[in-house]
Amino acid sequence: MSLLSVRDLTVKFAMRSQTVTALHQISFDLARGERLGIVGESGAGKSITGFALMKLLSAPGYIDSGTIQFDGTDITQAPEAQMRQIRGNRIAMVFQDPMVTLNPVLTIGQQMVETLRAHRKLSRRDAQEIALTKLREVQIAAPELRLKQYPHELSGGMRQRIIIAMALLLDPDLIIADEPTTALDVTIQADIMELLLKLCQANKVGLILITHDLGVVSQLTERTLVMYAGRIVEAGKTREIINDPQHPYTQGLINALPQQTLPGQMLKQIPGAMPVLTDIPPGCPFSPRCAFALAECRRLLPQIMQQGSSEVACHEVNRLHSDLLLEEGR
Amino acid sequence: MSNLLITPPPSRWARFWASPLGDSLRGNPVALVALLVFSVIVVLALLAPVIAPFDPYDPTQIDIMNSDLPPFWIPGAEPQFVLGSDDQGRDMWSAILYGTRLSLMIGLAAVALQATLGIAIGLAAGYLGGRVDSLLMRLADIQLSFSTLMLAIVVLAVTHAMWGAAVFDRYAVVAVIAVIGLAEWPQYARTLRATVLAERQKEYVDSARVLGFGPLRIMLRHILPNAMSPIFVISTVQVGNAIIAEASLSFLGLGLPASQPSLGALIASGFDYIFAGSWWITALPGGVLVVLVLVINLLGDWLRDALNPRLYKV
Amino acid sequence: MIAYLVKRLVQGIAVMLVISALGFAIQSHLGDPLRDLVGQSLGQDAQQQLRQDLGLDDPYWAQYVRFLGRVMQGDLGTSLFFDEPALQVILKKLPATLELVFAATVIIVLLSVPLGVYTAIRPHAILSRVIMGLSVLGISTPVFLTAILMISVFSVGYGWLPAFGRGDAVPVWGYWETNFASLDGLSHILLPSVALAAIMLPMFIRLIRAEMLEVLQSDYVKYARAKGLHPLRIYYVHALKNTLMPVITLGGVQIGTMVAYTILTETVFQWPGMGFMFLEAVNRADTPLIVAYLIVVGLIFVLTNTLVDLIYALVNPTVKLARMGA
Repeated sequence: MSLLSVRDLTVKFAMRSQTVTALHQISFDLARGERLGIVGESGAGKSITGFALMKLLSAPGYIDSGTIQFDGTDITQAPEAQMRQIRGNRIAMVFQDPMVTLNPVLTIGQQMVETLRAHRKLSRRDAQEIALTKLREVQIAAPELRLKQYPHELSGGMRQRIIIAMALLLDPDLIIADEPTTALDVTIQADIMELLLKLCQANKVGLILITHDLGVVSQLTERTLVMYAGRIVEAGKTREIINDPQHPYTQGLINALPQQTLPGQMLKQIPGAMPVLTDIPPGCPFSPRCAFALAECRRLLPQIMQQGSSEVACHEVNRLHSDLLLEEGR
Repeated sequence: MSNLLITPPPSRWARFWASPLGDSLRGNPVALVALLVFSVIVVLALLAPVIAPFDPYDPTQIDIMNSDLPPFWIPGAEPQFVLGSDDQGRDMWSAILYGTRLSLMIGLAAVALQATLGIAIGLAAGYLGGRVDSLLMRLADIQLSFSTLMLAIVVLAVTHAMWGAAVFDRYAVVAVIAVIGLAEWPQYARTLRATVLAERQKEYVDSARVLGFGPLRIMLRHILPNAMSPIFVISTVQVGNAIIAEASLSFLGLGLPASQPSLGALIASGFDYIFAGSWWITALPGGVLVVLVLVINLLGDWLRDALNPRLYKV
Repeated sequence: MIAYLVKRLVQGIAVMLVISALGFAIQSHLGDPLRDLVGQSLGQDAQQQLRQDLGLDDPYWAQYVRFLGRVMQGDLGTSLFFDEPALQVILKKLPATLELVFAATVIIVLLSVPLGVYTAIRPHAILSRVIMGLSVLGISTPVFLTAILMISVFSVGYGWLPAFGRGDAVPVWGYWETNFASLDGLSHILLPSVALAAIMLPMFIRLIRAEMLEVLQSDYVKYARAKGLHPLRIYYVHALKNTLMPVITLGGVQIGTMVAYTILTETVFQWPGMGFMFLEAVNRADTPLIVAYLIVVGLIFVLTNTLVDLIYALVNPTVKLARMGA
């Protein structure tokens, strides 16, 4: 049985004049210890998915329908007290910008100890011991000193290491990391990613990595979801998606990677921009930016379907596959 | 023929009503009521000489025989004195109308002075920069930490002692406006300075400079309009504060004299008679003062939410 | 730390020099020291002789230096009305004012924090709307009107509480008599302290609420939620501690305003403190007492501002006292 099973998750935002849908019937599974990447441009609904899994959507956002089964509990139905026991304890989060994630007026030690003591009956001293072990695990120099320091006394890379250490404090089943290196210096991004991968493997912790960077996903994750305008447009094994992207959007994302560009060439960005939630085009939401779009694409929303080893939501891909099947049958 | 059927251009009010500001006013009944009450008070105050049955400044119209009459709903009232009379026989309704007019006038004049001074200093600090800027902003800090009311009390107390009561009373209006007006410039200055610093970078300022416009013209024609919404919000709140400050000074006897009463001076003159049971001499002008400042503050809150300018909190 | 204290000391001395210069200017322009000393009865020549003896014909700066020297020794002149050293008159009145300010501050601190936090975390609750409505009303009501209203309701109307004076203040030490040691004393200080608190409280509630609303949107509060912390810990440790810094700054800025409101409150309640004394001194043209009041208030002002800065540095770990001194 999978650790996490999301079915038809729909998230809406109640604005003053209208209600907009930010997530449309998202479904996916995550096995114990599995590492999943969620990819897409900003506004695709990746972060909203992450916060919805923690039931931490801030107003006016809310879960409209669907279920999130986490180890036998439906998170969408769980009362707040039960959610508090899950948050930080069974599911930990790593936020995007380590400069603003830690509370500026509390020491690192206070912030680590309070997390432990919120979930386990521990003396302050024992909690500090655990904190020290975890700080050593993330390879921080002089961990005893760090406990007494305030966030502003530490560099961004060091803070993100501390946040990863905090995520591991209670040996969770799952870590949700939302763009964990975007705010960091390029030179330390790879270090942090490598650390995250190593720790997840060593501790058998599941990982949901939310990022716009397919390159990072290819290094860290086993499976990948590609999201566009609040929908999953492609899902499958990371290797398959990188090597043989089906959806035109996924192809566009891969072509836009710097590795795909020859020196001196312009980056091949996907033309246009993600539609805003209040103004989603009819039919396939990607159709206005899609080079393969047909009349059908602008009219009819494609359903996500199994195509070979991946699931894809695209009329064009469907057509190609059925042609292929026809040819094979002939 | 068809020309005659063209609808007239929308009035100023209609245009305001259709603007985003008007839209937010429609969705905010509290602000709408506040605006209505404020307008009524302003109109009544402006028309004081026309609608007031007595002239409270004219000693010949005051008869001690009419003193301490209660307002109309209390037995013993005289129909001539709708809201009763004070200890000297002055008609309360007339005194309140004139007092409101005076309080409003002082509040507006003091804020006009504050704004002029603060805008000039802010523009200068932002444009000149460097040592002038840091000196002016340091001054603003110091000015802010001495409260306006404290400064006004000290200055007026010393003036009072220096001139004596008789001379002081003659110049009280000017002195109060000057003190409140001179003391509150820092908020405007800081906001304007921030606007100048933000706008200086922008292209249109450069192009205006290239076109050969002088700094004064660039400041007044190009940068100042960008600071209008914070100026508007600050001014609204400041009018309320100035009216309270004036009332407090008058209550202490450091503001307007009893012969030329503002709302604060009316309250002060009635305070001595509270124990004798003539509560209305204090309560009626006090109520008007609170309502006036309250609606101004409510309008200020609404403007701040609607225009949402960048303001300095402290 | 030491560098910081030295810098504050220099600043404080500078402010005190300005205030004393102001005091000197007032004294030398307002009061006629000769009349203060001997009355009008002296002849022209004798007056001239006395002027020279007293150094009144010396240049201003020399007189100012002498004035400063006297001030440093605690000689702030003699009150014309009380015929006592001005400093002594003030020191007798000081405890009453300090107790009033203390009581009001306790009320403000005890109420502003929970009310501000509550209105921030339950912005749409009916109680929050009532609190916010009352606080706009509070800001719009001058302190003397609140005071008058309370007197007319609780003293004149119901006769529950005394309207003026300090009542039975119990002697403690020196000039210090306290209102907190007897029921009569407490009943006398209740209305004035509530009136004084009522004008400052709404400002603090509104500021705490606004800051708290901002902090609650911050990433570190979201992160604290994601760690599974109890909401009370999130509100009162994570959010409130960050909210306190601007509140402390406001507190520092409001010290001067507090002094002004004290004058108004003391006047309405005829509270025998420094503020009431100052206003009486103004009405009696008691110049030495006016000047002495300004100097003492200036000193209190400098001291409390330094204290506020120190508290700020203690609460905010990003402020290093050593760096502030640089």
